[in-house]
Amino acid sequence: MSTEYEAVIGLEIHVQLSTRTKMFCGCELSFGDDPNVHTCPVCLALPGVLPVPNAQAIEYALQIGAALGCELSPVSTFDRKNYFYPDNPKAYQITQAARPFAVNGRLGEVRIHHAHLEEDAAKTIHTGGGGRIKGSDASEVDFNRGGTPLVEIVTEPDLRSGAQVREWGQLLRATIKQLGVSDVNMEEGSLRCDANVSIRPVGSTEFGTKTEMKNMNSFRFIERGIEAEVARQKEVVASGGQVVQETLHFDPATGELHSLRSKEEAHDYRYLPEPDLVPVVPTPAMLEEAASSLPELPAARAARYEGIGVSEQAALLLSFELEWAGYFEGVLAADQSIEPRVAANWVTGEFAAELRKQDDQALADSKVGPESLATLIGLVQAKKISHGAGKTVLEEMVASGTDPVTVVAEKGLEQIADSGELEKIVIQAIEDNPKPAEQVREGNEKAIGALVGAVMKATQGRADGGEVNRLLRQHLGL
Amino acid sequence: MADIELLAASGAETAAKIKSGELSADEVLAFWLDRAGRDRLNGYLWQADRDSARQGLGEGGPLDGVPLAIKDIFCTEGVPTTAASRILGGYVPPYTATSVRKAMAAGMPMLGKTNMDEFAMGSSNENSAFGACLNPWDTERVPGGSSGGSAAVVAGGLAPWSLGTDTGGSIRQPAGFCGIVGLKPTYGAISRFGMIAFASSLDQCGPLTRNVTDAALLLNVLQGRDEMDSTSVGIEGGIKAPDAERLDGMTFGVPRALMGEGIEAGVLARFEDTLIRIAELGGEIVDIELPHAGHAISAYYVLAPAEASTNLSRYDGVRYGLRASNEDLLSMYEVTREDGFGPEVKRRIMLGTYALSSGYYDAYYGRAQRVRTRIVEDFEKAFGEVDFVVTPTSPTVAFKLGEKTSDPWTMYLSDVFTVPISLAGVPAISIPAGLAEPDGGGSELPVGFQIAAPAFAEQKLLEASYALEQAIGFDGSAALEGGVS
Repeated sequence: MSTEYEAVIGLEIHVQLSTRTKMFCGCELSFGDDPNVHTCPVCLALPGVLPVPNAQAIEYALQIGAALGCELSPVSTFDRKNYFYPDNPKAYQITQAARPFAVNGRLGEVRIHHAHLEEDAAKTIHTGGGGRIKGSDASEVDFNRGGTPLVEIVTEPDLRSGAQVREWGQLLRATIKQLGVSDVNMEEGSLRCDANVSIRPVGSTEFGTKTEMKNMNSFRFIERGIEAEVARQKEVVASGGQVVQETLHFDPATGELHSLRSKEEAHDYRYLPEPDLVPVVPTPAMLEEAASSLPELPAARAARYEGIGVSEQAALLLSFELEWAGYFEGVLAADQSIEPRVAANWVTGEFAAELRKQDDQALADSKVGPESLATLIGLVQAKKISHGAGKTVLEEMVASGTDPVTVVAEKGLEQIADSGELEKIVIQAIEDNPKPAEQVREGNEKAIGALVGAVMKATQGRADGGEVNRLLRQHLGL
Repeated sequence: MADIELLAASGAETAAKIKSGELSADEVLAFWLDRAGRDRLNGYLWQADRDSARQGLGEGGPLDGVPLAIKDIFCTEGVPTTAASRILGGYVPPYTATSVRKAMAAGMPMLGKTNMDEFAMGSSNENSAFGACLNPWDTERVPGGSSGGSAAVVAGGLAPWSLGTDTGGSIRQPAGFCGIVGLKPTYGAISRFGMIAFASSLDQCGPLTRNVTDAALLLNVLQGRDEMDSTSVGIEGGIKAPDAERLDGMTFGVPRALMGEGIEAGVLARFEDTLIRIAELGGEIVDIELPHAGHAISAYYVLAPAEASTNLSRYDGVRYGLRASNEDLLSMYEVTREDGFGPEVKRRIMLGTYALSSGYYDAYYGRAQRVRTRIVEDFEKAFGEVDFVVTPTSPTVAFKLGEKTSDPWTMYLSDVFTVPISLAGVPAISIPAGLAEPDGGGSELPVGFQIAAPAFAEQKLLEASYALEQAIGFDGSAALEGGVS
C-alpha cells in the first residue's frame, strides 16, 4: 500500500498599516500618486539620517497582537536585515528579528508564532523585457511605498490544505479589517501572503523539506498555488525524488510554478541589533489600551450570531464584513419581533442578491436602510404580503428607495385577506384547469403545483401560498 | 585689535569682543577666511566664501560671529559633504545636521569643511581620499585621526574652533597630537542626526578647541535632545563656563595595568607630571582596575566594523554619489564600491561582514558585545570609587606620515586608551599636558592627558579640566603659524 501524505503549511502575512505617515519618517502614506513625491532624506537613506519610530504604528501593531491573542512583549527591539537591492535604499531593512512585539497567539485553529514590526521596501519597475529584471531595458525605483509600516504575522505550521488557508486567510483579513488598522487590500498589496509548504506521511510528526511560495495577491490564488505545489511535492516523492528547498512563484494565469531561487542562492541577512533605535517598551496604559480598544472580532461575532439562531453560513458572511453586520443588527433593532434567522436570511440572501443584480451596488450606497428592510420583513412575517410579493417590493425599494408600504399600495400587492374572495378564485382555477385537477384527485399530488400557479397568476402573487394549498386540497377532496 | 591677538584669541574671547563692539563680526570673518585660504596643511576640503559664511550672522546668537570649522562628516545643505570618500565625491546634501544647525543658530558662520579619515576610519588622517592632512607642529607628522583636519586647523591657526566626531578616539587623539582640547561627550548628549554614520552605537559629535572654556561653550550650544535622533537625550541643565581653581576632594583613578608596554617615555613623563599637578591642586590619585579594558581594542574592531559594514551598504550607486558602472545591477554595486572606497574602509567592511555572517555571529559579534558589557561594568565600578579616570590620550606623540600605514594593528593600538571609554559610552576630554620628544628623538611635540567622567557628568569633567588646564599653563602658540603658507 502506498504511503498517504498530508500537507503542512505555515504562513507569513505582511500587513501594511494605514497610519498617516511612514514607519521611520514623516512622509505621508499614499497609493497611486506620482512616483517619488512622498520621500525625504530618511526614507531615501541619504547619508547621516536616522530612523524615528512611528508611535501610531506601534499602537496599531499592539492592537493586532492583542486581536491575535498574543502575549505582548514588555520589551521589543529592532534589528537590521541586510541585503542589497535598489528597492532597499539603506541596504538593510529595519525589522524585529530577536525580540518581536507579540508572541504565542492563536486565531481560530491556527497558532501564531509571533508578529513583528518592520518597514516596507520601495517599488522597482523594470521597463521592457516583460517586467522582470532579466532582459529589461532599465529599472526604475519608486520610493513612495518605501518605509510603509508593516506588521508581519508568522503562523505555526498548523494548516493542512489550500482551502483551509483560504478560509483562515479570510478570517485573518476580516479580523484585521475590523481593527481599522489596515486596508487589507490584497490587490493593492496592503495584505500579502507567503506560504511555506511541505508534505509528510499522515501520522508523522516530523516536517518535510519546505518550499516557500511568495507574494500571491488573492486567497483564491494562494489556494490554487498551494494545491499545485502540494501535488508537485507528492509527485516528486512518489517518483522517488526529494523535495528541494527553494522559493517559488505561482503564476495564476498558467497555473505553473517557477523557481525564484534555490537554498544556495538564499541570502545571509547578517542580522544586527539596530543601534539607531532604542527598545520599544509599551507602558501598562498602552497595553491596556490595545486590549480594551478591540472591537468584537469576526470569530466572536459569528459565534454570537449562531447563538441567536442564525445559520452558520449567514453568520460567517455577516461577521466578515463589519458593515453587513451593522446592517443586520440595524434590522433587528428596528423590529424586535423579527427572528434573527429570518433577518439574516433576508440580508445575506434576497437583499444582497438584489444589490448585486442592480449594478452591483455597494451596501454603503444602497437607498434601502435597515429600518425599511425591517418593515418589509415585517409585512411578509405578518402575511400582509406574500414572500414572492416581498421580492417584487424589494426590487423596487433597491431601485428607487421607495418605502415598502408605499410600494405595496401602489402595486396593489397586499395579500388577499378575505378567504371568501380567495376561495372563489380557487374554485375558478379548478374549473379552468380540469386536467391537473383530475390528476390530483387520482392521487398525483405533484400536479397541484399547476393549480397553485394558476391561483397565483390570478391574484398577481397576492395570495398566501399556504392558504391557497389548503383551499385547493379542500375543494379537491383530499 | 592686532591680527596676532585675534589669531591667539579663544572663541570665548572673540565672542566677547564682538559683543562689546570692540570687533565686528565682518572683520573677524574676513580674518579667518583669509587664514583658511592660506591652508598649507590640507586641513580643509571645502572653504566658505564671504557670502556663504555670512548666513545667520549678526542675529545676536550667544557665539555670534565666531567662525566654526566643521568636519566633512556633517551634512551641510548646499555644501559638498564627502566624509573624505571618493564614493561621495561631489555629493551635496539637501539638509543640515542638527549639530551644525544649532551652531549656526548660535551665530557661528561655517568657515569650511575639514579633512578626515575616510568615513572616520583611521587614526592619522592618512585614509582621506583627498590626501593626508599635516600636523602644524611638524608637517612631516600626522595630526591624528579621524578628525585630523578639525584638530590641525584649530592648532595651526586656520580656525578658532571646530566640530569633530569621536567613535573610538577620533576627537581626543588628534586633539592630543595637535596640542588642543578635544571633548567627546556622553553618548546621546548631542544629536547624531546628519552626522554620516561610521559605528552608530559609538559615534558622538564634540568640539575641538583652544581651551576648556571654549569646549564648554560649544558643548552647551550643541547638546540637547533631538526628535530626529531617538538615541539623543541631551545634558540636563546644560553646561556653564567652568571656573574651578582647585581639585580638593576629587579622586582621580589611574588604570596602571592598562599602561604597560608601548608607551613612549616622554608621554609617560608628561602624564606623571600632570598627576603631580592634580595632587598640588588638592586632588587625590588612586590606582584602579579596569579588568576588561585590555580587550577593548579587540572588541571594538569587531563591533565598529560590524556596524560600519551595514552603515556603508547604502553607498551603492543607485541614488547619489559615485556610480562607476551601469552594466547591470551586480556590476554597478561591485565596481562602484570597488572604485569608491579606500583600502581601510574596505578592510573594515569585510571584517564586519564576516563578523555578522551566519554561523560566526556568536563567536565574534556576540562575544564582542559581552566584552563591551563587561567594560561598561568596569567603568561603573570604577566610578563608584573615583570621580575621574585618567590616562595619557595616546601612547605616543604624533607619528610620521607613512610610519604606520602598512601595519593596521599598530595603527589601531594608538587608540588603546580612548577606545575603552568609547565602549563605555562615558564622556572624556583630552587636554594638552605639555610637550615631549618622541622615542628616537626629534623636536618636541604635544602630549594629551585624558580625563573620563561618569555619563552626563560633563560639567564636573569640565570644571576639573579647567582647573588643571590653568595649572599646566600649556602654550600652543608655536603651532599657530604652522598652518599657513
